[in-house]
Amino acid sequence: MELSSIRQNFPILGQKINACDLVYLDNAATTQKPIAVINALSDYYSHNNANIHRGVHTLSRRATDLFEQARKTTAQHFGVANEQQIVFTSGTTDSINMVAQGLSKLYLKPGDEIILSMLEHHSNILPWQLWAEENGGHLKVIPLLADHSLDYSAFEKLISPKTKLIAITHVSNTLGLVTDVEKIKSVANRHNIPWLLDGAQSAPHMPVNLSVLNPDFFVCSAHKMYGPTGCGILYLNERWLSELPIAKTGGGTIKTVSFEKTEYVEGALRFEPGTPNIADVIAFAEALKYMDAIGMQQIFKHESELVQYAQTLMKEIPEIDMYGIHDHKAGVISFNVKNQHPFDVGTLLDKYGIALRTGHHCTQPLMKHLGVQGTIRISFAIYNSKQEIDYFIEKLKKVIKMLS
Amino acid sequence: MATMGIEEIEKEIIEEFDFFGDDWESKYEHLIELGKSLPLIAAADKTDDKIIQGCQSRVWLNADFDDNGMVYTADSDAIITKGMIALLVRVLSHQNPTDIIRANLSFIDKIGLKEHLSPTRANGLLSMVNQMKKEALKRL
Ligand SMILES: Cc1ncc(COP(=O)(O)O)c(C=O)c1O
Repeated sequence: MELSSIRQNFPILGQKINACDLVYLDNAATTQKPIAVINALSDYYSHNNANIHRGVHTLSRRATDLFEQARKTTAQHFGVANEQQIVFTSGTTDSINMVAQGLSKLYLKPGDEIILSMLEHHSNILPWQLWAEENGGHLKVIPLLADHSLDYSAFEKLISPKTKLIAITHVSNTLGLVTDVEKIKSVANRHNIPWLLDGAQSAPHMPVNLSVLNPDFFVCSAHKMYGPTGCGILYLNERWLSELPIAKTGGGTIKTVSFEKTEYVEGALRFEPGTPNIADVIAFAEALKYMDAIGMQQIFKHESELVQYAQTLMKEIPEIDMYGIHDHKAGVISFNVKNQHPFDVGTLLDKYGIALRTGHHCTQPLMKHLGVQGTIRISFAIYNSKQEIDYFIEKLKKVIKMLS
Repeated sequence: MATMGIEEIEKEIIEEFDFFGDDWESKYEHLIELGKSLPLIAAADKTDDKIIQGCQSRVWLNADFDDNGMVYTADSDAIITKGMIALLVRVLSHQNPTDIIRANLSFIDKIGLKEHLSPTRANGLLSMVNQMKKEALKRL
């Protein structure tokens, strides 16, 4: 697909902000939605809306089919043969909390240790910290090397007989650095430790085949993948699909209920109590189809080119400090302008129609490690172009002048 | 008391900003200049307990009282925020507490910088205005 025709699929991109063309570079926070996704939402409510599972009427069957078809589409997208391993949640944060609460019931014991990394998003820190605080557990943190990539040799040294889980980001939302999953996996497998991969920032940008990566848990959010907000997935391997204790319960998850004893269903539905987010799940499947039609490899290639292009131009601006410069990055660049507050730079660039993010990006431990209050982050999606980067660089230089 | 009342100063600022018309770049350059020329807050007053937590830019506010009314000094680590602070300090310093509490500060809207006082804005300015009023309330 041509870039120009891709852009036309996103109605929001055509607008002006402060009389300038919108240049949307805040994709790591959330991506824009293609018309196919927007239409799926409106089609669902216009033609197919009903509560799913157990309904005998036509609409309910239709909605149920669409919902369960979405599960199959999602499983296929991630190379998963058994679609029951795909649980729909409200997003990455919800998924991680479900795993943390579930594991804390039977599996995690006082004194146990969980390994995280310095790069983690707060959503992959706080659920574990809560467990640790409430149960006398401990968090161990993989440090970073001078280039801000994970220190894999230090990682292996953190493993102890008490290590019960490794929970790690696939791609850093602040720096865009890609975790060497094979290294994590080989250590985890050698020591027989379950591991969770936070794919919130990898799933939007690169092919992710879960039957090859084979983590115990994988989580991501639809809204960062051209899909709707309030929707995401929790992938569990076969073991945890049957063994993970549920964190929440209610209607739709049972075979039989009596006040004495309830028998739960097997599979994904066990983790989906109550009426799920039917419309958004169905629209999410459209987002996945949209990405697959372009090709994840193609998306990664396009965004990598943008990263390289922008990094090269930014290296030539002497007032800029970039963090985590790397050849292999997933669509994210973090930087600061020397002696300027990110907030000022972001405020002025917004005036030129450029949407980007400033602050700590929900990674305060990483900010502390970098020795900064915050950074300015630009992040790319399939619809961004080199022309937009040229425009961004031109305006960035101008803003630097205005502030100095 | 100050020789000019709050509304008079507001009017003066509006006239100053009218000069820029629709040229937001010059307007922001002016704001940045104001930020740079904001008298420094005494180091002893730039303590953590004087921080007004905005999400991103930090704001320090110190309030005193003398014969001329309230005396505010303030600072921020972001220069645009500092420019806004300079305007607020200029309007509210040396005014009597009653007038400060009543001030609706509509000049911010009239000079086209209202977005900086919106509750979603990550700069702590709205909280600063509230804090300025709270300090005035203590001196009634
Ligand atoms: C790496 C990472 N993990 C987790 C999250 C949380 O995702 P959500 O807010 O969609 O639950 C994000 C989102 O910013 C992220 O980038």
